[in-house]
Amino acid sequence: MMVMRYQLAYPETPIPIVGWFFAESGGIMLPENYNTLGAMHGTIMIFLGVVPLAVGAFGNYLVPLQIGAPDMAFPKLNASSYWSYFIGGVIMLASFFTPEGAARSGWTSYPPLSIFESGQTMWLCGMIFLITSSLLGSMNIIVTIVQLRAPGLTWFKLPFFIWTQLITSFLLVLAFPPLEAASILQLMDRVAGTSFFLPSGLVYAGNAVEAYGSGSPLLWQHLFWFLAHPEVYVLILPAIGIVGEIIANNTRKPLWGYKSMIYAISFLGFMSFIVWAHHMFLTGMGQTMSAFFQLTTMIISIPSVVVLTAFFLSLWGGSIRFNTPMLFALSFLPMFGIGGLTGLPLGVAASDIFLHDTYYVIGHFHYVVAPGTLFALFAGIYYWFPKVTGKKLHEGLGKLHFWPSLLFMNGVFMPMFIQGLAGLSRRMYDGGTQYAHASDILQWNEFMTISAFCLGAAQIPFILNIFMTLASKATGERNPWDSTTIEWSSPSPPLPHVNFDEEVHVYHGPYEYSVPGKDKDFCPQTVK
Amino acid sequence: MSSIPYILEERPDTGLNNSRLGIWIFIASEIMLFGGLFSAYVFLRFAAPEGDFDYWGSKLNVPMATFNTLMLITSSVTMIMSWASLRMKQFDKYKMYLGLTILCGLGFLVVKYIEYTSKFHHGIFPSSSTFMGIYFTLTGLHVLHILGGLLVLIYFWSPVGKRMYDEDPNLLANRIEVTGLYWHFVDLVWIFLFPILYLL
Ligand code: HEM
Ligand SMILES: [Cu+2]
Repeated sequence: MMVMRYQLAYPETPIPIVGWFFAESGGIMLPENYNTLGAMHGTIMIFLGVVPLAVGAFGNYLVPLQIGAPDMAFPKLNASSYWSYFIGGVIMLASFFTPEGAARSGWTSYPPLSIFESGQTMWLCGMIFLITSSLLGSMNIIVTIVQLRAPGLTWFKLPFFIWTQLITSFLLVLAFPPLEAASILQLMDRVAGTSFFLPSGLVYAGNAVEAYGSGSPLLWQHLFWFLAHPEVYVLILPAIGIVGEIIANNTRKPLWGYKSMIYAISFLGFMSFIVWAHHMFLTGMGQTMSAFFQLTTMIISIPSVVVLTAFFLSLWGGSIRFNTPMLFALSFLPMFGIGGLTGLPLGVAASDIFLHDTYYVIGHFHYVVAPGTLFALFAGIYYWFPKVTGKKLHEGLGKLHFWPSLLFMNGVFMPMFIQGLAGLSRRMYDGGTQYAHASDILQWNEFMTISAFCLGAAQIPFILNIFMTLASKATGERNPWDSTTIEWSSPSPPLPHVNFDEEVHVYHGPYEYSVPGKDKDFCPQTVK
Repeated sequence: MSSIPYILEERPDTGLNNSRLGIWIFIASEIMLFGGLFSAYVFLRFAAPEGDFDYWGSKLNVPMATFNTLMLITSSVTMIMSWASLRMKQFDKYKMYLGLTILCGLGFLVVKYIEYTSKFHHGIFPSSSTFMGIYFTLTGLHVLHILGGLLVLIYFWSPVGKRMYDEDPNLLANRIEVTGLYWHFVDLVWIFLFPILYLL
């Protein structure tokens, strides 16, 4: 990531510190190296980073706790999901050290190039394991939520986070298999010489391709985006869930519109299966198709707006506690707002003709996943750390982590909109120095790169905080945030394999804060 | 024993136990997997030159595949019989029917093996044409599913099944029920594969 940014700011110069990696070219990054880094950055961040963290870690840990269950429904399935992830991860990372090198066809792996470029076979094998892992994990989450809810915990008493996990898991179970199918087909193209994705009469690197032909590169794009659009909601829904929990807790109010948010995200989950081709407006798939997918894309932004509005209204009139988890959760709102709103011009086919494949798209989705999802994950770590370890992270260091992160995050991604609107294409190893229309906006690259390094440095307080807190003595406090949801009634850390030390029975909705007539300002779900 | 509830008994408000819900969700995702491949088949068929799929499709051996279809349907019936016998606590009958199911599954694989090798002998490979590519991919993936199912069936047919039965007959019945649902699904996939590959 950092290496890529350095390269964009200072193309054709040897790269300090890690230059040995490009020894053959005297420390200068070649185009194919940049392609490899780009492809693997996307893959690792999404399939090895955010999904396993948001669904695998947060989901697996919190779901049983928040529904008052002793464990996940299928512990063995859980283990196989983990090991499948492990193997997939090893394959992905090991691919860097093979003679072919890692994949270099983008995280989207569009054929026909991906059929010929080196490294792709390892990528596909790795993906098949990672997909299997997510499938097994999400089945487990669904069964756990449906079957293991504690007595009295009815559907509309579930914390919002549980609802987001449920919808996310359904998206994974139903959207990932077509990508698995597509990966199998692409693997066949590479290994068995089939031509599912190769049209007839193809010429590659000056030579006619020897294959039967009559396949279709567009088929891959359809199968890929059929997964990958729901996938973006897989990235954002758990984040929304985390933010919801933290906002309710720190405004000391119930979530505004709890039920409408649940309906909204259910509708969003359903719709996310019929918007995929808004990634393909420029493929010449035809006007009717474009019009249809433009319409569905506009419709799907409604539930996102519903959720965001409900969050803002939840803040209204609350006595807000500005602790670190809350700061991250609060900053999620405008950041996700920017990410979502910039998606609308992309969803309109006419304006997408100009914006497609520019840095504007990169800005759009990074706003949703970086200061969006990533900040929500940070918020979640600060919020649930006392549950997992029995120790609270230091507030001062937390704020030292938050403010610079927010500042530099915008320093990295905001200029992308400017560059993209000027027409700068994505995925160029030299950042586009050869293009005249780019010359006015290229000076931003240095600014963005410096911001990126500062952003990296801003994570030092976080890492310090984690280690210092781990080294300190545990207080084992059960409910340090005065929260209502069930996980806070278990010991901190929870007991292995049973979680709770007494029988869980649920009497209240998830967010009964500031109920009039009670002596405390919160009313835990498990207390009569 | 673990403290996880509803492993065997049904949860009153959902009417399901964990493994039954689990296998249905698994099957849903399998439907999406094969659904993706079936749509790829349709897409490729439309993209292919006129008559290309018909020409290559005529090289397949319909009688063999018909025989295989019958064999899989039989195996589904014996699968149900073995589960029913188990519910009636007739362990010997259960074992016989399960054995028959396994034999049918093995028979299917043998026929498939003969089909594959005869194609290879005639110089027909996945790379020979788009039709052959999708034929080998779809049936190959289906064969993998049959193999997986057979492994599980053999596991429950082996002494492990007897031991489980002695410990708790309901546990074995539950496992056989869930495996059976998977087995029926794999049969069903073949019921779709057979016409689109061999007959159309
Ligand atoms: C309200 C909502 C949203 C709308 C209308 C929207 C619309 C779009 C459109 C039309 C594109 C294709 C642009 C192009 O390639 O020309 C796109 C790209 C993308 N969006 Fe969104 N989006 C929305 C929300 C999100 C969210 C919540 C996420 C993630 C968490 C996300 C992640 C992405 C990613 C990763 C890409 C780029 C994929 C690539 O080409 O590599 N979007 N978005
Ligand atoms: Cu999309």
